[in-house]
Amino acid sequence: MTDISLDTLTTSAARPRRDIGIKKRYAAERRFRLYGVLAIAVGLAFLGVMLTSIISKGYTAFWQTTVTLPINFDEKIIDPSNKRATDPNVLITANYPKIAEAALIEKLGIDPNDKAEVRKLKGFLSDSSRVQLRAIVAADPSVIGTTRNVDILAAANLDSAFKGQIDLEVPESRRKVSDQQVEWMNKLKAEGVMAEHFNTGLFSYGASSRPETSGVGVALIGSFYMMVIVLLLALPIGVAASIYLEEFAKKSRFTDLIEVNINNLAAVPSIVFGLLGLAVFINFLGLPRSASFVGGLVLTLMTLPTIIIATRAALAAVPPSIRSAALGLGASKMQMVFQHILPLAAPGILTGTIIGLARALGETAPLLLIGMVAFVADYPTTPFDPATALPVQIYMWANEAERAFVERMSGAIIILLIFLMAMNIVAIVLRRRFERRW
Amino acid sequence: MNIMTEKSLDDAVNAEMNARSNEIIKMRGDKVTVHYGDKQALFGVDLDVRQNQVTALIGPSGCGKSTFLRCLNRMNDTIDSASVGGKITLDNEDIYDPKIDVVELRARVGMVFQKPNPFPKSIYENVAYGPRIHGLAKNKADLDVIVEKSLQKAALWNEAKDRLNEPGTGLSGGQQQRLCIARAIAVAPEVILMDEPCSALDPIATAKVEELIDELRENYTIVIVTHSMQQAARVSQRTAMFHLGYLVEEGPTDKMFTNPDDKRTQDYITGRFG
Repeated sequence: MTDISLDTLTTSAARPRRDIGIKKRYAAERRFRLYGVLAIAVGLAFLGVMLTSIISKGYTAFWQTTVTLPINFDEKIIDPSNKRATDPNVLITANYPKIAEAALIEKLGIDPNDKAEVRKLKGFLSDSSRVQLRAIVAADPSVIGTTRNVDILAAANLDSAFKGQIDLEVPESRRKVSDQQVEWMNKLKAEGVMAEHFNTGLFSYGASSRPETSGVGVALIGSFYMMVIVLLLALPIGVAASIYLEEFAKKSRFTDLIEVNINNLAAVPSIVFGLLGLAVFINFLGLPRSASFVGGLVLTLMTLPTIIIATRAALAAVPPSIRSAALGLGASKMQMVFQHILPLAAPGILTGTIIGLARALGETAPLLLIGMVAFVADYPTTPFDPATALPVQIYMWANEAERAFVERMSGAIIILLIFLMAMNIVAIVLRRRFERRW
Repeated sequence: MNIMTEKSLDDAVNAEMNARSNEIIKMRGDKVTVHYGDKQALFGVDLDVRQNQVTALIGPSGCGKSTFLRCLNRMNDTIDSASVGGKITLDNEDIYDPKIDVVELRARVGMVFQKPNPFPKSIYENVAYGPRIHGLAKNKADLDVIVEKSLQKAALWNEAKDRLNEPGTGLSGGQQQRLCIARAIAVAPEVILMDEPCSALDPIATAKVEELIDELRENYTIVIVTHSMQQAARVSQRTAMFHLGYLVEEGPTDKMFTNPDDKRTQDYITGRFG
């Protein structure tokens, strides 16, 4: 029996074949694979170029040059007429940069009476010393009359020069730091007085016209408020809408229409949502401008379709047999959905939500229209206070000309990318971990 | 043409059966019709299900036997386009009466599906879910007893007692199907509907489930849809033959398989079509 079938097999295999161009087919396949590899290579190359450019420009933003100076809180400069006991304004309006300058003059061994030399020191230390030293005095007025070491921020141009970002071959008149300043800088560097430290200010400062004291602090808080608002609004509304559409609504023309519209909404350019937010939330409802609450509402509208589509896909992926099993046991439809379908769809819903949030976090255009592109120096204490967002901060810094702002922009991009990557990794891990195959 | 003869024969058989005092009609279908949208799937089926017996529904694919089965616990309600006509009674109560709570009906008429479909939860949770939502257990101890008894009745206790907290989906196909039977039993149904319960199982698992069905007959009324003629012959007391949405004939299994009245039944059983 086996012999016979083997025989017939061999005879049939030996039959002459038509030439169907096997060589051509193989060549076509090889070509196609090559195209694929090339496409991926081009994509990776662009990604590589982009990341290299951002990181090489931006990593220095995480370091900031400071000058450690023995500051003499000289009573003659801070409170020349000795009225601080009666007039609290004296300590606020005192000329703090002057005592920082005095300390620097002493450190460099310049004659304080040589006006020309002293003038060259202008723009060496950051004016932020005013705020910094005032805070020290305000915290402890007894410091007046004593001397203590304080890290004073170098001005942005000196910071750039210290990091080697300023081309010293350029004639002195055409660059932002003078030869004398470079000489002093090298002297202080050799003494170990001037050094780079991790730039915590990048994360804590708000907007500022001085690059060395500007940071993403306000933007981080604004983005955080908006993410919380998006999560609190878009997740429950989106999931409820999807459950109703997927599990309860009877299929009809009307539900088809809704479905088409949701898919269309997901493709609407985000700036249109910004216009909608401007017209409805600000002009019609009278909500405050530049507030992260309005930004959150606009981003919620933008994220809803993404979450609804992801949730519906996750619900539809739960096999019908689970539904039958629950209903067959006498579970009501609500029990079926909330005790069986929803827990099984949860990983998919979470993944979709995180990806939607990540998209919202990187969204700029709608926020420009509702006025979040603003110079906000103070932390917003509530979501109704003016704030900016991370991508908007990047946009604003991109408009600045100074070298130090470009550096900060790249630094902020790195921060934003780290957040986005972290969110996407969480989404992937969740999917891998809880994905169930039937 | 033979609808009339079927009818009269049915009546004769019914009369004979009813003569025996232990044969109570548990469920009765009276001119049951089902439409899926424009398509009619069942054409006036009259069929009785007798208490503590296994009734097998046989017939070629698409003949309406599963549709009829799904009418008995109103699972067809879950299909938007399905509409059911005629009358189906459970203990002489119309189950399509608006006053009937479909949740309670499904607790009284349980169902086991073609493909084993345990919940992706622990074995214990699978069995405990039904009693919990129907409030059958007062406390944890009560629930433990129900779970153990149900698993015992489904002949799964010995295999499962040491792994109650492992996921039900980790069991073998045959064990999963017995778990689904245990799950159905746990809500103390009166009737158990089985839709080709062995079609996804290997012969050994099939034999176990069939043995189980025979044991369950003592306490439950069972309606089983099957594609296997041998299975119908082995497990059922009565057999109903469906074809193209009509009930061809119904009678004691012995008679159906040895001396059917209708030629189509004869042809189907002997494998000439289907």
